[in-house]
Amino acid sequence: MTTVPTSGARETVLEARGITKSFGSLPVLHGIDLSLTSGEVVAIIGPSGSGKSTFIRCMNMLEVPDSGEILFRGRRVGSKFRGAGELLGLGELRRHVGMVFQHFNLFPHMSVLENVIEGPVTVQRKPRGEAVDIAMDYIAKVGLAEKRNARPDQLSGGQKQRVAIARALAMQPDALLLDEITSALDPELVGEVLGVVRSLAEQGMTMVLVTHEISFAADVSDRVVFMEGGRIAEQGSPDRVLHNPDNERLKTFLARFHA
Amino acid sequence: MYTWSFAPILQASDLFLWGAWITVVYTVGSIAIGLVLGLLLCFARLSRIGPLSWLAQGFQELFRCTPLLVQLLWIYYALPLLLGFDLANWAAALITLSLYAAAFYAEVFRGGIVSIDKGQSEAGAAIGMSGWQVMRRIVLPQAIRRMMPAFINQSVTQFKNTSLISVISVAELTYMASIVNGQTYRPLESYTVLAVLYFVILFPITKFADIVESRTRGGH
Ligand SMILES: Nc1ncnc2c1ncn2[C@@H]1O[C@H](COP(=O)(O)OP(=O)(O)OP(=O)(O)O)[C@@H](O)[C@H]1O
Ligand SMILES: [Mg+2]
Repeated sequence: MTTVPTSGARETVLEARGITKSFGSLPVLHGIDLSLTSGEVVAIIGPSGSGKSTFIRCMNMLEVPDSGEILFRGRRVGSKFRGAGELLGLGELRRHVGMVFQHFNLFPHMSVLENVIEGPVTVQRKPRGEAVDIAMDYIAKVGLAEKRNARPDQLSGGQKQRVAIARALAMQPDALLLDEITSALDPELVGEVLGVVRSLAEQGMTMVLVTHEISFAADVSDRVVFMEGGRIAEQGSPDRVLHNPDNERLKTFLARFHA
Repeated sequence: MYTWSFAPILQASDLFLWGAWITVVYTVGSIAIGLVLGLLLCFARLSRIGPLSWLAQGFQELFRCTPLLVQLLWIYYALPLLLGFDLANWAAALITLSLYAAAFYAEVFRGGIVSIDKGQSEAGAAIGMSGWQVMRRIVLPQAIRRMMPAFINQSVTQFKNTSLISVISVAELTYMASIVNGQTYRPLESYTVLAVLYFVILFPITKFADIVESRTRGGH
């Protein structure tokens, strides 16, 4: 359902190869491969503790994998101290790949506008005026123009999460990583946030979203990935994975949502 | 019945004022140096370089687990034997007070910094900030607010602690009171005035600390 602006071959934006990760003696990821083409929306579903968050955090190196690699537009990502010059630094990766968190993580000492211009000004070194223009554009897009001077603690959960999305978008990223961004919200506030994500998908934003909103995943994604026990157990079109699953565990998992 | 007589004390009021001024100078001086050293010490402690962190912690424990008076005596009388040259009493006093302040401030800073939710630094990192940018733009502004009450309390303690440097004859407030006592033979008046002076200076500051504390509480 996503429209891709260019008709040519889809370019791979972000790719994970053979990602493994353990926390102490607890193995969490057992070799995950996932590649994300431009304009694609991938939904990751799976039971609690299956490693979804750990994996999506590996994609922007907030969690450093034990082995395997992350590639951004074909360039390997790594800490510059260790490797050679052709490695893409973590800061550079994160300038191009935004992330939105379950608990918003807005900066409480800054207004809405200051939260959103922080990246453009501090990281991209844009002049303040230009950053404000860009920021206001995205703040308006998430429907919060009149709240630009509010503090995060004056906002509802749904509004906070929309600010967090605007903050990520203000970096004008090539891809967005969203980890259960509606899980901490009151049910009546989920819709407004999903609405923003839906319109991003329609505009061709490349996204990975970890979600428990199965029907939303079915609706908005091009591909659904089912994770279980630190592995990708099943993946494919939403129709095949969500409506005609043949994996037994996936059936059990989905049954809980149809109940 | 003892008859109070403040007249001789009042005659020595310039000694008290000068002493109070010297006390303020040592307090402000050692707080300023202690702040800088304390911040460095705190970053050393939080650093991922093991030896640096242990060294900083060792320094902190040394100054937190020995009495300030003992530190003062050691630095004034013992350290010169190792150095091979004497330290002036004002220098020994300033060095000791500053190192002592640094050890305690470092702990105040560290407490403030580690109390900031990890999600904050992650959100900073996620928009591409460097570690230093995250510290300066995201963590420190929030941590400073939160550590303010502890910082003020520690500074009040620092003010009171300067009275100890009178034992190496630095002419601060307490030293001046004993001079006045020696001249007037009026210990009750001399030391009462001394106590009142400390109180008059510190009471408003502790009240201010209380206000700051309730503000920071209310803000969260
Ligand atoms: N920082 C950490 N330290 C130790 N263990 C961790 C850490 N982060 C995650 N884990 C463990 O790794 C496993 C996978 O966690 P993860 O958060 O990736 O799962 P998830 O699929 O996102 O689950 P949920 O749906 O509940 O969010 C869990 O057993 C979790 O307890
Ligand atoms: Mg999770």
